[in-house]
Amino acid sequence: MTTFAAYATGEPVVDAKAPSGPIEERWDKRRFEAKLVNPANRRKQTVIVVGTGLAGGSAGATLAEQGYRVIQFCYTDSPRRAHSIAAQGGINAAKNYRNDGDSVHRLFYDTVKGGDFRSRESNVHRLAQISVEIIDQCVAQGVPFAREYGGLLDTRSFGGVQVSRTFYARGQTGQQLLLGAYQALSRQIAAGNVEMHARTEMLDLIVIDGRARGIVARDLITGTIDTYFADAVVLATGGYGNVFYLSTNAMNSNATAVWRAHRRGAYFANPCFTQIHPTCIPRTGDHQSKLTLMSESLRNDGRIWVPKAKGDDRPPNEIPEDERDYYLERIYPSFGNLVPRDIASRAAKNVCDEGRGVGPGGQGVYLDFADAIERMGRKAVEAKYGNLFDMYQRITDEDPYRVPMRIYPAVHYTMGGLWVDYDLQTTVPGLFAIGEANFSDHGANRLGASALMQGLADGYFVLPATINDYLARNPHKDEVDAEHPEVQEVLAQTEDRLNLLLSVDGDRTPDSFHRELGELMWEFCGMARTDSGLRKALERIPQIREEFWRRIKVPGTGEEFNQSLERANRIVDYLELAELMCLDALHRAESCGGHFREESQSPDGEAARRDEEFAYAAAWEFTGTGDAPVLHKEDLVFEYVHPTQRSYA
Amino acid sequence: MARTVWNSTVGKKTVMAVSGLIMLLYLVAHMLGNLKIYFGAPEFNEYAHWLRTMGEPLLHYEWALWVVRVVLVVAVVAHAVSAYQLSRRDIKARPSKYVHKKARASYATRTMRWGGIILALFIVWHILDLTTGHVHSGGFEEGKPYQNVVDTFSTWYGNVIYIVAVLAVGLHIRHGFWSAAQTLGVGSRTRDRALKALANVLALLLTIGFLAVPVGVMTGVVS
Amino acid sequence: MKLTLRVWRQKNAGADGAMSTYEVDGISPDMSFLEMLDTLNEELTLEGEDPVAFDHDCREGICGACSLVINGDAHGPERTTTCQLHMRSFKDGDTIDVEPWRAAAFPVVKDLVVDRTAFDRIIQAGGYVSVPTGSAPEAHATPVPKPDADLAFEHAECIGCGACVAACPNGAAMLFTSAKINHLNVLPQGAPERETRVLDMVAQMDDEGFGGCTLAGECATVCPKGIPLTSITGMNKEWLRATAKGAGR
Repeated sequence: MTTFAAYATGEPVVDAKAPSGPIEERWDKRRFEAKLVNPANRRKQTVIVVGTGLAGGSAGATLAEQGYRVIQFCYTDSPRRAHSIAAQGGINAAKNYRNDGDSVHRLFYDTVKGGDFRSRESNVHRLAQISVEIIDQCVAQGVPFAREYGGLLDTRSFGGVQVSRTFYARGQTGQQLLLGAYQALSRQIAAGNVEMHARTEMLDLIVIDGRARGIVARDLITGTIDTYFADAVVLATGGYGNVFYLSTNAMNSNATAVWRAHRRGAYFANPCFTQIHPTCIPRTGDHQSKLTLMSESLRNDGRIWVPKAKGDDRPPNEIPEDERDYYLERIYPSFGNLVPRDIASRAAKNVCDEGRGVGPGGQGVYLDFADAIERMGRKAVEAKYGNLFDMYQRITDEDPYRVPMRIYPAVHYTMGGLWVDYDLQTTVPGLFAIGEANFSDHGANRLGASALMQGLADGYFVLPATINDYLARNPHKDEVDAEHPEVQEVLAQTEDRLNLLLSVDGDRTPDSFHRELGELMWEFCGMARTDSGLRKALERIPQIREEFWRRIKVPGTGEEFNQSLERANRIVDYLELAELMCLDALHRAESCGGHFREESQSPDGEAARRDEEFAYAAAWEFTGTGDAPVLHKEDLVFEYVHPTQRSYA
Repeated sequence: MARTVWNSTVGKKTVMAVSGLIMLLYLVAHMLGNLKIYFGAPEFNEYAHWLRTMGEPLLHYEWALWVVRVVLVVAVVAHAVSAYQLSRRDIKARPSKYVHKKARASYATRTMRWGGIILALFIVWHILDLTTGHVHSGGFEEGKPYQNVVDTFSTWYGNVIYIVAVLAVGLHIRHGFWSAAQTLGVGSRTRDRALKALANVLALLLTIGFLAVPVGVMTGVVS
Repeated sequence: MKLTLRVWRQKNAGADGAMSTYEVDGISPDMSFLEMLDTLNEELTLEGEDPVAFDHDCREGICGACSLVINGDAHGPERTTTCQLHMRSFKDGDTIDVEPWRAAAFPVVKDLVVDRTAFDRIIQAGGYVSVPTGSAPEAHATPVPKPDADLAFEHAECIGCGACVAACPNGAAMLFTSAKINHLNVLPQGAPERETRVLDMVAQMDDEGFGGCTLAGECATVCPKGIPLTSITGMNKEWLRATAKGAGR
């Protein structure tokens, strides 16, 4: 056993902000109890927002509208390029426009159940309540959602639910919602309320007297490292799926902001809860730099199957109907192809492990539209999924109208993240985390079309209401500036880290380390995890880290545009975060949602939760690189949705 | 408003479109008038004289013609100045060229600028040749346009200059007419094909119509 | 596949640049163009040379970061983004020229990376609907006819990559600007700011030093999202309408 795995258990961590009382009234109650900042005083308060995705973009715009002075950062050349833009399928909202029995309570129920009972009820209920306002807001911004001939909004159904509550804009919902937030943010930039720093990456958090007071960031063009100060800091920096190297995340999505915040005192919750998305395009070779998702909405009309016989390498169209195994429809007759993501992914892995996978390396299953084309006609299929089919054809050079698509699961989303209370505040006062960067709403598995909902709920509605309370109750008496000794220290540490990376001058590229770490994580901390595998990974990661600092080669200097340096610096953090993910996965000796421990399964191979021991969120406290962290448990209480073993059969 | 229009690239394009359409209308009338040369000298000369007495007795002799001339001069100047300023701007907006060069866009599009310059030079020559007679090849006679025209097209260079200019007009109109439609916002996806066809027909008719005169002289039909 | 690459190298905005030649071997036809450049960069790094800088992020054709002119074509020979261009579009032994977007309003930052913040400023000038969070009416309060919604969507698809500017012989940003104007102006939600939006955005576009439109059509030919050239016509119409209305006031 490595020393890292010898973690201690500390005091439980408690969310002190969620009010008690009926769950439907908690959000109203909290908003009423929260102190407000006088509009005239807001101009004197500065909030730093890091990230410009759905959560960050919407938060920056809204805080600026409220009168705060916002300083905002993104590493891309424009706030419009944040990776929220790549979300395809849609956004859930309990509008019940279909009159199909949907309600706020049902969305709440579905999300808690979909998350396999590892999320906080108060937060999820608030999310469901706010979902309806999000749609109103986005429509008013001019987001071109799909509409029906009567001019009203169209919806579709998504995995894990039996109602049609997903609003969409063809296969580009994330893009349209993000552009809406970006445009709102642009308006505030033009008005002088937001000071935007594009191509600027946060490298560390400045904490003074126990409170978040600013960040250290590097101008990616000039290489200048600067400090920025504020009364509160909001991290909206997304997930950490890129630990796996191959994922559906953008190439530059990274964990540096959240990891540096963690090192400065913010607890990291449920790091092992990662979502493996079932419908991605399989990899083609070692050159693969990222994986591409095909929207889950395809499962509405596509049927997933593999040959019944092992090693059947006939072309799909030559395999007769009775020799095909539509395994999702067989095992889960009531949800069929629309089971939640974790279940669909694991089922695909199982059939591939049995040797019935298709395509190169047997790492794929068919997603077949032949029936849909026959039923709806090619035109209708084209209208619904045309852009996805085109994308598939472009990447694979195969025509999905004629040959079934091949898909395979890939890392897609991380439910874990910085621990936050009901106010979305981390354990560092004044530091807030929103969107995928926090752990709050999805438990152990996120339902489709819920990420967009959560990002926008946090950014447009939750944070702008709760941050007032912090700012009103904790006015900073003293100004901080770059001369402050603690600021100088953080700055020096950042500079030292980058200089060290540049000075090693070894013989391995940053990518080679990233790839190695990613493969290790995919093997041992991927779709199925075991005690022995995780221990192996925990042994290996410190070795890779040691080798990294000995052999890394970063060309160029720090005083210029240097993409190798950016990459290497992000890997430094992945090499620490990966270790915590494995430890979290090791300690959680149950299966739940996206976290499947082979030791904990039902006789028929389904994930078996162990509520008595593990009905808590695991919030980890950093103690030092490679040192055992301290575990703080937040007990999860279920008053409204009684935990049951999920059944989608 | 004039300021908004003149200060904007879109506004200047509008100026070009409107002035271009004015000139196009003039060209259609001019071409139709030219074709009267096939009806013989008396009729052609009478037509030329009528241009000066147009509008009488309401207007004084040549007043209508001067109105047309003024409008045309304004149109030409506005068109040319806009074109010059926009071109300067365009060249400045793309200071470095690609190393890997590629032939692009249709011939008409790419020749708009050169075509415009050729046409401007031609107009000067054309006026000096057949309106004022300063560079006329034979003995220029005021009031005898039929003979003047025949004289011009009896020289090889007169024909060459004129034919080159007419071809330039055709190409210029082919892209210019469609382009003006887009600038004035009348184009649309459904109308695009019709507009392009109309531009081609107009360009072709004008080219043929204008070429008919030198061809007539060269073949001896007009003499 | 074995390829010869000629790549524009430029140390920074102030430095002079030039084409440099590199050989790459072992390229798979299934690689994306950017993965091919990754391969080159891995080799350059190990050789102690400065890797080629290029913008990229999502690598699935939607973020609009990637921006290469390949053999004279913005985003290369296929109508897609550079990240979605695959090496199967090339032949073994090909020589490929790779250059950055070229336009006065898009100065080179380094190698193949350019500064496209001018686009952001065009949006800031009016490419939004002024609706502060919380002030929105119920979503179904205003039905939008499906054809209008579809038209708006078609223009809203723009990813802001800047290929239109790169391909335009005049370095014009008309297609980008018109896409946003058409998206918002066709919707009832965008109607209250219809006139100021088009006037302000066009003015900003001019101020940024983009060229004018000669309707060469190159922009629409390279647009990876298929924004049609008639988008510009629509913007012109909106501009004339707004100008005329302004004059009437």
